[in-house]
Amino acid sequence: MKNTLSALLNAYGPTGREDRISAVIEQMVTPYVDEVCRDAMGNLICVRRGEGKRVMLAAHMDQIGFMVTDIDENGFLRVAAVGGINAYNSIHRRVVFENGVTGVIARETRDVKIEAVAMDRMFIDIGAEDRQAAESMVSIGDVAVYVPDVAFLQNDMVTAPALDNRAGCAVLVETLKAIHTRNNQICAVFTVQEEVGLRGAKAAAFDLEPDFGIALDVTLCGDTPKGPRISVKAGKGPCVKIMDSSVVCAPVVVEKMEQAAEKAGVPWQREVLTAGGTDAGAMQLTRGGVPSGVLSIPCRYVHSACETASLRDMQNGVKLMAALLNATI
Amino acid sequence: MVLKELCALRGVSGAEAPVRDYILEKVRKTADHVCVDRMGNVIAFKRGAGAGPRRHIAFAAHMDEVGLIVVGINDNGLLSYETIGGIDSRVLVSKCVLVGENAVPGVIGAKAIHLQSAEERRRVLGHGDLYIDIGAKDKKAAEELVSPGDYVSFDSEWVEFGEGLVKSKALDDRVGCMTMLSLLEEEYPCDLTCVFTVQEETGLRGAKTAACAVNADAVIVLEGTTSNDLGDVEDHLKVCRVGAGAVISFMDKASIGARRLFEALKNTAREGNISWQLKKYVSGGNDTGALQTNAGARATGVISVPCRYIQSHSSVASFADIEAQYLLAHRFLSQGGEF
Repeated sequence: MKNTLSALLNAYGPTGREDRISAVIEQMVTPYVDEVCRDAMGNLICVRRGEGKRVMLAAHMDQIGFMVTDIDENGFLRVAAVGGINAYNSIHRRVVFENGVTGVIARETRDVKIEAVAMDRMFIDIGAEDRQAAESMVSIGDVAVYVPDVAFLQNDMVTAPALDNRAGCAVLVETLKAIHTRNNQICAVFTVQEEVGLRGAKAAAFDLEPDFGIALDVTLCGDTPKGPRISVKAGKGPCVKIMDSSVVCAPVVVEKMEQAAEKAGVPWQREVLTAGGTDAGAMQLTRGGVPSGVLSIPCRYVHSACETASLRDMQNGVKLMAALLNATI
Repeated sequence: MVLKELCALRGVSGAEAPVRDYILEKVRKTADHVCVDRMGNVIAFKRGAGAGPRRHIAFAAHMDEVGLIVVGINDNGLLSYETIGGIDSRVLVSKCVLVGENAVPGVIGAKAIHLQSAEERRRVLGHGDLYIDIGAKDKKAAEELVSPGDYVSFDSEWVEFGEGLVKSKALDDRVGCMTMLSLLEEEYPCDLTCVFTVQEETGLRGAKTAACAVNADAVIVLEGTTSNDLGDVEDHLKVCRVGAGAVISFMDKASIGARRLFEALKNTAREGNISWQLKKYVSGGNDTGALQTNAGARATGVISVPCRYIQSHSSVASFADIEAQYLLAHRFLSQGGEF
């Protein structure tokens, strides 16, 4: 798990520019599935054939980023948020482009209070001498992400910018390795463009017509000093989601997941999130409706450059998913 | 002129029939297969030339325009309204409108400056403060002419001015409709579908069902887009510039374009010596958002015409930009729609 997660956290893959992370995942999963393909949006669809119901598993592989919208005469890059970037969180953070060009995010300091700073008052400094020099390295429409910067903390905790949702991707990759039966048709989809509105999952679910949908994603924790008032704690097991602002999970899916958790003998938590959404929200409303649920990995400081989660929760998530998917759904 | 005729037609979201009828008459002569779906979208298909496997490229533009709808008739004969699509209340004061199927003339009035208090003069009038005056002396007289539920469109003259500029209502998105009508007049090495959608301005609604009829390799939306190129707007906040060419988008609030298609459109413009620019500020959204995901994954792109004062009685565009939108789409098709 640690190696899989590290490789995924270090791969570049912002929303709309998922080619690289997609290639890394493809290489990891190919030995364990029957078929791998990509659709027109770039969703990576991995099929393991079997009898029984068709289950779509969705883990979004995109991460939030900064898209270049303008380059000024002094070589500074203006950017727009791709996904839910918190402007304040990103000031003075290091970022990197697909081609390795590194920069720092800074802000206009005249007339703008730091607490009130908006993206259109911020810029990336790649150190370029002027516009021409900058344009030779970066084009308008290119996307930067936080420099990967993975670190392992005490108590099997890991911190990195892209845990949302490489944690979910890692659980899905390892789950595919742990499925040894052919009791279900497994369509594991590493989805694109979740961070801008569940777009990849919406399209993929339409094409795949699954009987059930399960998203794998991170969720917020309530275990930090004066943190949000939610019951989820990092390290206390993967979560079976009951509800968030995109979905009320289908009771039939929740029940199957909770039974699988008990069967696998892993610690698990119920999760009720009052904000945020996941790919399950898109899958559920596809065509005539798809009963859907979510396996969540508790994650602190989501959408910052130091998202923090527990490796144990991910490992236990794999055991839960394997117990669920090895049996007939 | 086709564009002038298209802009003059009244087609507020949900009441696009006059625009649809005009378009149907044209495309029935140029397309191989035409259908109207249950939402009212027009889908026109034209087979490519030659035998063997061909690319299939779809274009889409919306037929509807922003406007108002009558929600009540007051005792004094004035009409209350709601907006359809995004309209700033500040652009409505003192504008002429046409109400209902009989196009009853009306004007949106406000209290004359002499009668306003100092505070009233500072305050922006909201939609709740404004009424449509159709000249009726009381409720009964008004009811003989109009009913709640009647659509209200801008009554705005087509004016050509400046260096190749035009002022009209509904340039967003009759420019895209006109471009598609022109595209359908020729044959290409790829199959072509042109989708004329309804109800874009109220939330990409027509495109959601139209997506099911568009099984193409790529979908390119032809739009009118906001320019924000005047006044003291800082360079990095300008969305695009009127007169600087067709606008290619990498991202807006509703979609992120397929990267290979984005690169192919830029190259097509460069090689064809067609004037083009990037949409440089992430704002707005269009039918691409629905067409990209609503019936399976599609590669999408956007080519827009910059419009000043968009979604008002008087939007302004450049003929050269409109021509550039057509030339870029045409060249892309002529090369087989490869990306």
